[in-house]
Amino acid sequence: MTLKSFNDKHDNDYHWAMVIDLDCCDGCGACTIACQAENNVPTVGEERAYDKRTMSWLRIERYFEGEWPNLRVVFLPMLCQQCDKAPCEPVCPVFATYHNPEGLNVMVYNRCIGTRFCGNNCPFGVRKFNWFKNRWEEPLEQQLNPDISVREKGVMEKCTFCMQRIRRGKDHAKDEGREVRDGEIIPACAQTCPTKAITFGNIRDSKSKVAELAKSKRRHHLLEEHGLETHVIYLKGGE
Amino acid sequence: MSSREDIPADERLPAVETVRGQALDAGIQAGKESDFSISEDRLNDISLRPMFYTTKTYYVLTIILALIVAWGAACWGYQIVMGMGVTDLRHPVFWGLYISAFVFWVGVSHSGTMVSSILRLSKANWRRPILRGAEAMTVFSLLVAGLFPVIHVGRLWRIYYMFPLPNQRELWVNFRSPLAWDMAAIFVYLTSAFIFLFVGLLPDIALARDYCPAKNWRKGYLKFLALGWRGSHRQWIVYEKVSLYLAIFILMIAPSVHTIVSWDFAMSITPNWHTSIFGPYFVVGAIYSGIAGVITLMVTLRWIFNLDEIIRVTHLTNLSKVLLLMSIMWGYFYFTEFITSWYGNNPTETAIWRWQTDRFGPMLFTMLGINIFSIAALAFDSVRKSPGKLFVIGILVNVAMFIERYLIVVPVLTHRDNPFTWTDYIPSFVESSIAVAAMAWFLLLYALFVKILPIVTVSDIREGNALSCDMAFGNRHIRVHGDAEE
Repeated sequence: MTLKSFNDKHDNDYHWAMVIDLDCCDGCGACTIACQAENNVPTVGEERAYDKRTMSWLRIERYFEGEWPNLRVVFLPMLCQQCDKAPCEPVCPVFATYHNPEGLNVMVYNRCIGTRFCGNNCPFGVRKFNWFKNRWEEPLEQQLNPDISVREKGVMEKCTFCMQRIRRGKDHAKDEGREVRDGEIIPACAQTCPTKAITFGNIRDSKSKVAELAKSKRRHHLLEEHGLETHVIYLKGGE
Repeated sequence: MSSREDIPADERLPAVETVRGQALDAGIQAGKESDFSISEDRLNDISLRPMFYTTKTYYVLTIILALIVAWGAACWGYQIVMGMGVTDLRHPVFWGLYISAFVFWVGVSHSGTMVSSILRLSKANWRRPILRGAEAMTVFSLLVAGLFPVIHVGRLWRIYYMFPLPNQRELWVNFRSPLAWDMAAIFVYLTSAFIFLFVGLLPDIALARDYCPAKNWRKGYLKFLALGWRGSHRQWIVYEKVSLYLAIFILMIAPSVHTIVSWDFAMSITPNWHTSIFGPYFVVGAIYSGIAGVITLMVTLRWIFNLDEIIRVTHLTNLSKVLLLMSIMWGYFYFTEFITSWYGNNPTETAIWRWQTDRFGPMLFTMLGINIFSIAALAFDSVRKSPGKLFVIGILVNVAMFIERYLIVVPVLTHRDNPFTWTDYIPSFVESSIAVAAMAWFLLLYALFVKILPIVTVSDIREGNALSCDMAFGNRHIRVHGDAEE
C-alpha cells in the first residue's frame, strides 16, 4: 500500500509501463476493439453509449486543432494511466483498488461495493462503472475470455494492462527459471495496433524498449499538474 | 379539525383554550414577559395532548406520507434489481442527487442535538421547550441521511465490507478513505444523538406513563421505556450528571461529523472540492440549514398541536437570531471559498465556476437570492417576531441549502479536468422519487414519534418554572431565573 515513486529504491524487478507514440497513432480504434474482446468488456449499445455509459477501458479521444476549414484532428488513446500516486486508491473504503508491487493499480471486482469515489477522484475519467447487468447474446458468450472475470452490475472496472497476460508471461518465465524477456508480454491493444504506436514493457529494465523510448525528448505525461506519476508515457511533437 | 368526540369520556383530557396562548404572545410582544406562569396540571395537559389525541387530519396526512415512502421504497427496489443505471448518473458523474441529499440531511441533523447541548451547557433559559423537538429532528434526519449512502452504493448486498469485521484474510477497511471515517462518524453521532434524546426523554416518559389511562395501548411500552423512573432525589442527581456529560460529549462530536462529511470532498483531488475551507464551511452551512429546520418544525408543531403556550414567540425569535448569525457566517465562508479560488486562478477551477454560472445559473442565483433575502429579512424585528414569516424563511433557507449542496456535488463532475468526458446530468425520475420519499420518511418518523413519546420537554420546562419567579421592580414585573446549582 505504499505510495512509491518509481525512482525510489524498489523491491521488485518489474514495473510495468506503456509508451504511446501519438505521432504514430492514426486513430483507427483497433486497440479499443482488441481491449473489448480481450477483457470481456461489454458492448452497451447505441442508447447507452449516447448516455455516456460505454464500458470501454481504452478509448480514442478526438480533439480538433484550429478552426474550420483549417482543421487538424488529433487522437489521444486514453486508458488507465496506472499512476504511482493514484488518487483512486486512498479513497476506496474497502481496498477494492490498491497498488500492487509491480506498480499496477489493481482492481478487485469481488471486493468493490460501488461507492464510485474512485471514479470521482480520477481526473482522466477512465474508470467505468457497471450501471446495468451485462448481457452477451446467445453465441457471443462463447467468446468470453476465461482468464478474466465477467463483472457484476454495481462494480467499478478499468484497464489492468492486461493483467492476465502479465500473469501468464511471468508464469512462463518462472517455469523456465528466468526473468521475463522484453517484448514477451504484450497487452491486447499493443498487439493489435497496426502502426505499432503502443509499446509495453518493464521500465525498471533499462535495456527494455519502453525504457529506451521513455528517454525521448518527445515524452510527456497527462495532467502532470496533479503529480500523479502516471505510467502511460505519451510521445508527441515529432514531425 | 378536532374529533374529540371520538374519545370516550373517561379517557378525555381537559380541553385547552388556545386563546390564552395568543393573549400571552400579544403580551410578550408588548414587552410583558412576566405574564407567563402555567399551572402544573395545565402544563401536563398541554404537553401530553399531542400524544393522546389524534385527529382525522393526522391519519390522512400519515397515510399520504406512508404512501410516498412506499413509492420511494418501490423505486429503490427497482434500482437494486435493475442496477444504478436507472439513475441519470453516468461516466464520469458518479455522484449526484443522492450524495447531495446525504450532505443536506446530515446538515439538517446538525442543529438539533448540537444546539440543544450548547444551550444546556450555557444554561440558556429559553432552550427548554425546543429541546425535544430539535433532538428528535437530529435523530430522524440522521436516519434519513444514513440511508442515502446505502441507496447510493452499487452493490448494496456487499455493504458490510465497509464495516471493520474480522475476517480470515485479515482484510480491514481502508482507514485512509474519507468514506470509512464518514461511516464511523455517522454511526457515533447517531448513537450518541439517540442516547441523548432518550436520556432527556426519561422523566417525561415516566410522566406520560403516570398520566396514561390504564386501558390505553401506550401504557405497556411507556412502563418499559421509563426504566422504573420514580423521580427520586438520587435519580435526578444522576440524570443531571448524565445530561451534562452527554452534552459535552455531543458538543465535541457534532462539528467533527460534518467536518468529516466535508472531507469526502476536500480529500479528493477534484477541482473546487479540494479546498481546506470545506471543513468549517460545511459545519456552518449545516448549522445554518439545521436551525432553519428547527424553526420550521417548531412553528409546525405549535400550529398543529396548539402549543402556543409552550413554544412561544420568544423562543422563535431567539432561534431566528441564531439563524441570522449563521446565515451571515455562511455567507462569509461561501464568498471566501469563491474569492480564494478566484485569487488562486487555477484554470480548471475558473472554468468550473464559469460553467456553474453558465449552465447552473438559475439554480445558483436562486440559492444566492434566497440566502441574501433571508439575511435581509431577518434583520427586521417584525419578521423575527412573526411565526408565519419565520416558517416561510425556514423552508426557503432549506431549499436554498439543498441547491447549494447540489451545486457543490454536480457541476464539478460534469465538467472536470478531461474535456473529452464533459457531460450533463439531470436527476432521473427514480432518483427524484427517492429524494422526495426521503423527505416524507423524515416527516413520517417525526409524526409517529409525536404520537408515541412526549414531544414537549415537560420536565425541563417545570425545572425552569421552579427556578424562576416573578418579581416586581417598580411598576414592571420581571421574571427572575435562579441557578440549579445554587
